[in-house]
Amino acid sequence: MTVVLEAVTVSLVPARHPFLRALRRPQFAIGLGVLAFWILMIITVSWWAPYGPIEQAGDRLQSPNSSHWLGTDTLGRDVLTRTLYGARYSLPTAAAVIAFTVVIGSSLGALAGFRGGWIDTVIMRFSDVVLAFPPILLAMAVAAALGPGLRNTVLALIVVWWPIYARLLRGQVISIRHREHIEAAVSVGVPKRRILRRHILPLATTPVLINATMDFGQVVLLTASLSFLGLGAVPPTPEWGVLIDEGSRNFYQWWIALAPGAAILSVVLAFNFLGDSLRDVFDPRGRP
Amino acid sequence: MARYVLKRLAIAPLLLIGIVTIAFVISRLIPANPLVSIVGERNMGNPTVVAAAEARWGLDKSIPAQYASYMGNLVRGDFGTSFRTKSSVWDDLTERLPATAELTLAALLFGAVAGVLLGVVAAVKRDRALDHLARLFALTGSSIPVFWLGLILLFVFYARLGWLPGPGRLPPRTLPPPHLTGFYTIDSLAAGNFSLFWNCAKRLIMPAFVLGWGLTGIVSRLIRASMLDELYADYVRTARAKGLAERTVMIRHVLRNALLPTITIIGLSFGALLTGAVLTETIFSWNGIGSYAVEATRTLDYPAINGVCILGGAIFILTSLVTDVMYAVVDPKIRLS
Amino acid sequence: MSEPLLELNDLHVTFPVSSGAIKAVRGLDLTVHAGEVVGIVGESGSGKSASMLSVLGLHGPAAQVSGSVRFRGRELIGAPAAELRHLRGGRIGMIFQDPMTSLNPALTIGRQLSEAVIVHQKGSKRTAGERAIELLDMVSMPNPKARVRSYPHELSGGMRQRVMIAMAMANDPDLLIADEPTTALDVTTQAQILDVLRRIRTERHLAIAIITHDLGIVAGIADTVNVMYAGRIVERGSVEDVFYRHEHPYTSGLLACLPRLDSRSELVPIGGAPPALDALPPGCAFQDRCPHVSLECMSADVQLAPVGATEAACVNAPIRGAAR
Repeated sequence: MTVVLEAVTVSLVPARHPFLRALRRPQFAIGLGVLAFWILMIITVSWWAPYGPIEQAGDRLQSPNSSHWLGTDTLGRDVLTRTLYGARYSLPTAAAVIAFTVVIGSSLGALAGFRGGWIDTVIMRFSDVVLAFPPILLAMAVAAALGPGLRNTVLALIVVWWPIYARLLRGQVISIRHREHIEAAVSVGVPKRRILRRHILPLATTPVLINATMDFGQVVLLTASLSFLGLGAVPPTPEWGVLIDEGSRNFYQWWIALAPGAAILSVVLAFNFLGDSLRDVFDPRGRP
Repeated sequence: MARYVLKRLAIAPLLLIGIVTIAFVISRLIPANPLVSIVGERNMGNPTVVAAAEARWGLDKSIPAQYASYMGNLVRGDFGTSFRTKSSVWDDLTERLPATAELTLAALLFGAVAGVLLGVVAAVKRDRALDHLARLFALTGSSIPVFWLGLILLFVFYARLGWLPGPGRLPPRTLPPPHLTGFYTIDSLAAGNFSLFWNCAKRLIMPAFVLGWGLTGIVSRLIRASMLDELYADYVRTARAKGLAERTVMIRHVLRNALLPTITIIGLSFGALLTGAVLTETIFSWNGIGSYAVEATRTLDYPAINGVCILGGAIFILTSLVTDVMYAVVDPKIRLS
Repeated sequence: MSEPLLELNDLHVTFPVSSGAIKAVRGLDLTVHAGEVVGIVGESGSGKSASMLSVLGLHGPAAQVSGSVRFRGRELIGAPAAELRHLRGGRIGMIFQDPMTSLNPALTIGRQLSEAVIVHQKGSKRTAGERAIELLDMVSMPNPKARVRSYPHELSGGMRQRVMIAMAMANDPDLLIADEPTTALDVTTQAQILDVLRRIRTERHLAIAIITHDLGIVAGIADTVNVMYAGRIVERGSVEDVFYRHEHPYTSGLLACLPRLDSRSELVPIGGAPPALDALPPGCAFQDRCPHVSLECMSADVQLAPVGATEAACVNAPIRGAAR
């Protein structure tokens, strides 16, 4: 079946640019498709959904039926609608975390790698300590300290995640710095900041891109986990973790937890597919 | 090699101090007043009670002084007293450690073994249906929310099919076996109580699977990649030229070399396992450090939060050290240098 | 003449790739008799390794092999896997170019040697271990008893290649296929390895098929030489005849590249580059680089034919006035 799928995608896409080449693999197409679906949901769901996300639309705890395809929860809210709206919280939160983490972490890492010396030592020791924490414990501790709410979740996750990109960029900068064309530029007198910006950083972006894509899924998982534990988004926000928490309190009403979990799974799988495909295209040595 | 180990050992305490400091800073950032959970809402209006509690729990001192006294206590092995359970954090942790250890080890065993098997299958049947299936299984393991999976499995296998027992380490209204290791499976076996052993073992199945599936994903991907790297290596060609059966070539030559990097990864996955343990223990009512951590953060019990962070960090540091040493032992090139 | 030990007939080896198919070997005929040392020379990509890998079926699954390979009269192409395995390391031994990567880095050489023995002979681990020490002795490895416990990375290149030879000889084969055995070694070590090969060849009446791009090696050990170009043999004969009475322009070119101690002539490289193996011109593959090319070269399917002292695949041979 994958052969057929592959044949279809290959025939549909001309393959000159590496990005387009990535598209030819069915993995990439599926990942992109799922992502597109959710983005579409985020944008359009309020236009066409028959119920609102916090609207009490029917009897409580109905099992799936024709007017409520995924049933209702303890307050009579439509589960399907809440799940679809959940994307509006889970995905942008993860995007914010990744964006900030990449910027902050990469800046620190590039600085450390490029300058070396005590700046390098300080930044690296600091990131070592943060990385010595089991991630969820640190996230939980920070989230508990800051209080509930998605904004604090973003902050907590940034604290946990930045060392990964700091390390990554530092490693990249150090290895690229010693390449011959950089030494050539230095010997000709190109100012250091320019070297960093125009020669080193462009080469370092690919691993960051791949990493960020794979991390997106993990951040979604961690956000949902925190919400599930009561440390992230608060009810009645229909964030996916919150929904699953509600589902766990109504164990026998299986429809409440089923869809949000499936939603998370679809998003994380999609990003893993995307990340894998990107990695195959840009760095075939790192095969899955 | 001894020098390498010693160097790593020397850094460890510094990292620990760093962890402690950060944990302390975080816990002092908590805006809500921890006294509320200590003395209760009603008593907050009573200045005598509040003052007494503050004095008792050291909350009246300045922050640096609190830090100093906390560090001082730590060195003596005193992690403070939990606001919630009112007993020593150290006691709480040691009491619950075996539960988490039992779960984590079971998950590790499952994850590693299943991961190696799947990885070998995927490598040998490269690009065929079995390979794609194995990789999908592995990928799903890294993508599925652990707490959701636990719920689904409980619903299907416990609530609907009744094949496996429900959440909890022990059957309801049952006492644990006489304490030997704290692992209920081992202890009940040692006490000769086979029905209890069987029950405890069955209770371990779902949580270990849930926790271990993610590891299966990581391990199988790595084994597949490593084996494929080695599959057409020169020494493999030599092995075939000697007349060895394909299966022997795979296992004795290819897999052996592919296992080396896998050991490192398994060791480094401890962090991910701990993460999963927190959520798994919550779902399966497993009385371990993970659920303790959750309760601590919910009630802003910061001696407990600090204690868990320090313990978690220490375990983390220890496992990466052990992993590095093990890798050095197994790889002859490093061992003999 | 006695019955040949190894006979290759019209061997074709093709590798399908996205841009077409690479024809690595295009109709090769080769014979090796018992006790004979046959040299196969050519530059990279000439198909010399590809042809010999076909004997033991050591190509990956992508290769398409057709034609006939007969060992002691038994057809090997398409033979059941069990039969091939029986031959590998048994009656036919093979050694490869890079001994560092050709040995398993995670096992001691003693273990790897014993393995070669145990696969084909009955016996305990202990007897296999003793045999391993014997084998190391046979290839003049210093201090064999201690060496069995070494790992490959602890040995020098020359020692590793001796181990490879020992492994290939473990079950006293009739034929040894040596794929560029000295290429990865320095000149002094090359001479030592050649010594080892010469000695065991005499002691055991061993037939050797030695693949190399180094004509000096061929001169040092081979009885007959096959010169390969673009997947075919273009000249064949005894070492003396090929070196001094060759007829093919490519062979002339190869020999002209060799530095000589007895004259101060310039080294004359062969102009141009070997043709792409997935886009070969019709006719002789050497046409683009041959100083004696004619119209006939571009159309005729050139075969090996006796010309003078050697067999050459050239429609214009014998070349009058060609340089010797």
